[in-house]
Amino acid sequence: MNLNFKHEWIETNIGLMAVLTMLAISIGGLVEIAPLFFNEKTIEKAEGVRPYTPLEQRGRDIYVREGCYTCHSQMIRPFRDEKLRYGHYSLAAESRYDHPFQWGSKRTGPDLARVGGKYSNEWHVQHLKAPRSMVPESVMPNYPWLLSTPLDISDVADRMKALRKVGVPYSLTQAEYEANVAKFGETVAQQLHIPDAQKNLVEQANFGNYDGDRSGISEMDALVAYLQVLGTMVDFSKYNDDAFVDNR
Amino acid sequence: MAVSTYSGAEQYNFDIVKKFSVMALVWAVVGMLVGVYIASELAWPFLNFDSPYFSFGRFRPVHTSAVIFGFGGSALFATSYYVVQRTCQTRLISDGMASFTFWGWQTIIVLAALSYVMGYSQGREYAEMEWPIDILIEVVWVAYLILFVGTIMRRKQPHIYVANWFYLAFILATALLHTFNNLAMPVNLFSMKSYSLFSGTQDAMVQWWYGHNAVGFFLTAAFLGMMYYFVPKQAGRPIYSYRLSIVHFWALSFMYMWVGGHHLHWTALPDWTSSLAAAFSILLLMPSWGGMINGIMTLSGAWDKLRTDPVMRFMIVALSFYGMSTFEGPMMSLKEVNALSHYTDWTIGHVHSGALGWVAMISFGSLYHMMPKLWETKIYSRKMVEWHFWLATIGIVLYIVAMWISGITQGLMWRAFDEFGNLQYSFVESVAAMMPFYAMRAIGGMFFLTGAAMMALNMFMTIRQGKRESAALEAKLAAKLAAA
Repeated sequence: MNLNFKHEWIETNIGLMAVLTMLAISIGGLVEIAPLFFNEKTIEKAEGVRPYTPLEQRGRDIYVREGCYTCHSQMIRPFRDEKLRYGHYSLAAESRYDHPFQWGSKRTGPDLARVGGKYSNEWHVQHLKAPRSMVPESVMPNYPWLLSTPLDISDVADRMKALRKVGVPYSLTQAEYEANVAKFGETVAQQLHIPDAQKNLVEQANFGNYDGDRSGISEMDALVAYLQVLGTMVDFSKYNDDAFVDNR
Repeated sequence: MAVSTYSGAEQYNFDIVKKFSVMALVWAVVGMLVGVYIASELAWPFLNFDSPYFSFGRFRPVHTSAVIFGFGGSALFATSYYVVQRTCQTRLISDGMASFTFWGWQTIIVLAALSYVMGYSQGREYAEMEWPIDILIEVVWVAYLILFVGTIMRRKQPHIYVANWFYLAFILATALLHTFNNLAMPVNLFSMKSYSLFSGTQDAMVQWWYGHNAVGFFLTAAFLGMMYYFVPKQAGRPIYSYRLSIVHFWALSFMYMWVGGHHLHWTALPDWTSSLAAAFSILLLMPSWGGMINGIMTLSGAWDKLRTDPVMRFMIVALSFYGMSTFEGPMMSLKEVNALSHYTDWTIGHVHSGALGWVAMISFGSLYHMMPKLWETKIYSRKMVEWHFWLATIGIVLYIVAMWISGITQGLMWRAFDEFGNLQYSFVESVAAMMPFYAMRAIGGMFFLTGAAMMALNMFMTIRQGKRESAALEAKLAAKLAAA
């Protein structure tokens, strides 16, 4: 270090100032973010986590569109009260196919990370349509248009292709399909096959009949299908209590 | 008098500063109005009107974008163009580019607001704009950078004034953050919908690296640039310590970028990352308070101005709130405190003590200083400035007190156990308990909004007065010439 260093050098040289500023503001992000992509411990090895089916993914799109994350988190913390209220703390693995993540930052309403299977489809439909008819103290907006708006399924394959490009293992080719069979089993792999996207979506919606109306597929079908899968992929009874502690 | 000093129509491009100043006030009123509306929706949910366009989830980003990017952004463009020209004693290098940044930026805010209510959102807090708008932001921002740096290169002074360092760091950091946080894959070229490049944990960390530094650089460093120019100007004193401003600048620029992870305490983000973020959050208290002290102490020897000058009062109260929220922030980044405060209204209160108390108040002060100078006149009504000050201050206090009470109440109710070890309250009981505080918060917001609307009116009258005065002056001159 030159002892004759004068801050004046920087103050009189815009190029030097810009370069040093860039340096100062780049280090923090590099040190904290880059390792998350390479360190294998960042994401736990948990069985059962799979990409969303076409219908669930369309439901997730609606969840993002309506800004549900502005009031609901999807991230359970490892506290006794949260375990009692919501269930096992959330794993990184459980949102590994979430583009974007929807962990949220505010609980004006309760956490939804494990809402799947807690309530019936009928409950969700009525609650989304008119929350205060189910929970009088609720301050949630009514979402009646979800029932009356038909789900746009025209670009579902394009959506899955875009997700495939950012790393979600949806399959386009036979080889990719077979890799998925090996990884997730045949039933799941079929759902992840992009050429069958529309067919799969329609089948799941008709079979599940999430909105209670068989005349068509509404946005409500998709959103409820998504809510019902949240937090249900990992079977925690297979793991002992400390299984994921090392990853924290 | 004023005329001889500021008749710089040729010397400086003040037209662009005027445009951005006016739009800053317009977006302040619009953004705060939407804020009061969504606050009211939480207290009285019928206000959602069963309409997709007014529902809280779609409307909330309209509020955040309009106040942060509309009001804050326009105030920053206005003051940075003013400060860089005055301190470098040179004109902006290109009027066309300046104009482009103005129309580009206003288009971005309008498009963003419309797209949210139509249902286009990336689902990333404070970065909800979809990819076509993000690209437009990138283009406008590069033009801004070229214009700002180019003007500094043409300076008539060897030294670059400290306010410009902060504006420069803000422009560079915003470019960096915006670019990486918005990397996304569009569904197709004609679709507004895109999926972010990252997922889950990594996505969360990138987003909060962005999110907290939108606070750190957009809402702090840049407004410190404002502080370093307008506080000494209004006080008529040099900045308290030049050495402190150097330390302040480098420490703040370096440390802020580490702290985003404190938004993810106790989540699936690895502990090492959030612990590191917490450590830097605590360290950050020092440069933050260094800056606050540097600003407030600039007034030493001129303390009487706090009594006599309402504009000065805006600035000093802004710095006090800056000091308060930069103490509260590191405290909330402690894991034990965060376990209680996270997910609650306490966070919302903290943000607003910074956003209303610091960002809005320093902007109001700076605009009150600058706008009369731009239109070569005096403030139309000083009485209204006094009123604005008290309405704003009372509004902030109502707002943050309501959020402290509701936030801590939520945190305590969620973790309360009865004597049998069961949860004492259901979630919805905590929702019901919030009602009076949500109403109180909405009322606090109304106070603040009323003050801002009063300022807009006052500045409108000031501009009209300035125009009339210069017209009268010209008429007088013409008459004199005719007589001679």
